[in-house]
Amino acid sequence: MSLAEQVLGHERDNEDGGWITADGRQIGAVMMEMKNITLRFGGVVAIKDISFDIRKGEIRAIIGPNGAGKSSMLNVISGFYNPQEGDVFYLGEKRPKMRPYEVARQGIARTFQNIALFEGMSVLDNVMTGRLNHMKAGVLAQALWKGRAEREEIENREKVEKIIDFLEIQNIRKKPVGSLPYGLKKRVELARALAAEPSLLLLDEPMAGMNVEEKEDMSRFILDVNDEFGTTIALIEHDMGVVMDLSDRVVVMDYGKKIGDGTPDEVRNNQDVIDAYLGVAHD
Amino acid sequence: MPDQLLFAMEVFLNGLMAGVLYALVALGFVLIYKASGIFNYAQGVMALFAALTLVGIMEGQVPFSHLINAVFGTEIHHFGWHLPAVVAIVLTGVVMIALAWAVNRFIFRHLVGQEPIILFMATIGLAYFMEGVGDIMWGADIKKLDVGLPQGINTWIDESTYEIFGYGFFIDNLDLWATGIAAALVIALTIFSQYSKQGRALRAVADDHQAALSVGISLNYIWVLVWSIAGFVALVAGIMWGTKSGVQFSLSLIALKALPVLMLGGFTSIPGAIVGGLIIGVGEKLFEFAIGPLVGGATENWFAYVLALLFLVFRPQGLFGERIIERV
Ligand SMILES: Nc1ncnc2c1ncn2[C@@H]1O[C@H](COP(=O)(O)OP(=O)(O)O)[C@@H](O)[C@H]1O
Ligand SMILES: [Mg+2]
Repeated sequence: MSLAEQVLGHERDNEDGGWITADGRQIGAVMMEMKNITLRFGGVVAIKDISFDIRKGEIRAIIGPNGAGKSSMLNVISGFYNPQEGDVFYLGEKRPKMRPYEVARQGIARTFQNIALFEGMSVLDNVMTGRLNHMKAGVLAQALWKGRAEREEIENREKVEKIIDFLEIQNIRKKPVGSLPYGLKKRVELARALAAEPSLLLLDEPMAGMNVEEKEDMSRFILDVNDEFGTTIALIEHDMGVVMDLSDRVVVMDYGKKIGDGTPDEVRNNQDVIDAYLGVAHD
Repeated sequence: MPDQLLFAMEVFLNGLMAGVLYALVALGFVLIYKASGIFNYAQGVMALFAALTLVGIMEGQVPFSHLINAVFGTEIHHFGWHLPAVVAIVLTGVVMIALAWAVNRFIFRHLVGQEPIILFMATIGLAYFMEGVGDIMWGADIKKLDVGLPQGINTWIDESTYEIFGYGFFIDNLDLWATGIAAALVIALTIFSQYSKQGRALRAVADDHQAALSVGISLNYIWVLVWSIAGFVALVAGIMWGTKSGVQFSLSLIALKALPVLMLGGFTSIPGAIVGGLIIGVGEKLFEFAIGPLVGGATENWFAYVLALLFLVFRPQGLFGERIIERV
């Protein structure tokens, strides 16, 4: 029996180690691999020698108690933090030290735990900024070939409108983002990330602070994005229950260390994980 | 119509024209402040530097000639060419872009995340550094700048107002041109910022750095772009001012006139900079006209500041600035 079969109870599908999920989605080769990542802030060790991978097409969750280092990990993936030790491999290649905007241009989009939107702009404008990387015309070209720039703008507008429809925020598209309630802001932030048509989407607590209904909506959107666009998703969630429903594989962090990695079922039955979540005393 | 009212109208119009120049300098401030949170004290010196460079290039002056001659014992002063104004303006534009790049590369890139007061101090340093470099590069003498803008009384306005009111208004052609060019510049900037890819990126950076990074915007690129635009605005202001009163080092003091304009208009608002500039321009001219003779004149030196002070007391965010809300 192959490793995948042993671990997942599903048939191994490809040489690259991928498989087909119970609901028929294809999980492919390793897309992103974190190898022995260590990240320190002065004396605080936020991430301690952690390795894990994210496979194409999967929904990968990172869970753990507050302060475990989840956001830090997402920040390392998206280039906002640079780890002191360890390597990041993306699409099979070792990634040199990169700035966040360079990572974004490689097709990795993200949302933030504390929401980072352009508060002064409308919903539509916010989502449009997500497409900046798909726009080519430079300053001069725009001045000289107005037609081409306009065509580009229209094409991008159409894509953006589709995403806005998809996330059911048509009725607020002209509203300034600053005036929206929290739950909708989270949705606009997701829309902006999706507008980039990312190959990897990073979501930092997309459901934090939402009521049950909003959480259900958001879960549905995340599943639909993964299913319909084939987007690989890595998400951080506090709430175990939500994670178990959504994700294909889960990394569990506690005090900067990885204490579990596997399918939701495996993780649920892992003693270290249970201890961490029940708040068993750390010595 | 009573004479006094006619005079006042003429003063009003001239005040509007003066205000356009204040607005141009203030605009440069607002652009940089919005995008990077830096209050650029050097904006006025940038206008001076641009004007000096423009004259130097047009007249074929050898830069640093004093220094070169002192060190090598040579006697070179001129390349011996006279460039057309358009060519010289384009070349000066290139110099201003290079300056924008250098300012970011060597100063502000190293100060990312520092307190605003530190950034402000850096721009004060930059201002005096540029003033010194301008002096060594092009010399301290007052230079005449003529890029071919028409000057002198506009006879059409003079004649037509004479026909209507029996009194001909004195409006300088240069002021009319300055107003037209400034208006065109503001419209172009607005279109650029609202509809272009870079404009959208610029607004994004002005709004939220983290979010901007996450959609793939390079902050450094935007900052160089903004400083270049501010440099270009400074060039336009430098041309207007230099044509009017000669290129001299007191030009850098117009930056100080932009301060009350900003207090009035708000530090983050482009319309605010324009309206603020016009109000200051008109206000100080009218005040001088009406009250000046009673108090012995020279009210133009302080009127703008007093007006700004009153504004600060009653509306600290300025006319168009963002509301300051205490977060508790
Ligand atoms: N920018 C930072 N500077 C200093 N310490 C940080 C920074 N970001 C995170 N940390 C520290 O790293 C640890 C992990 O934080 P974080 O990654 O936000 O945890 P989580 O997202 O799991 O709640 C915490 O102790 C936090 O204080
Ligand atoms: Mg977090």
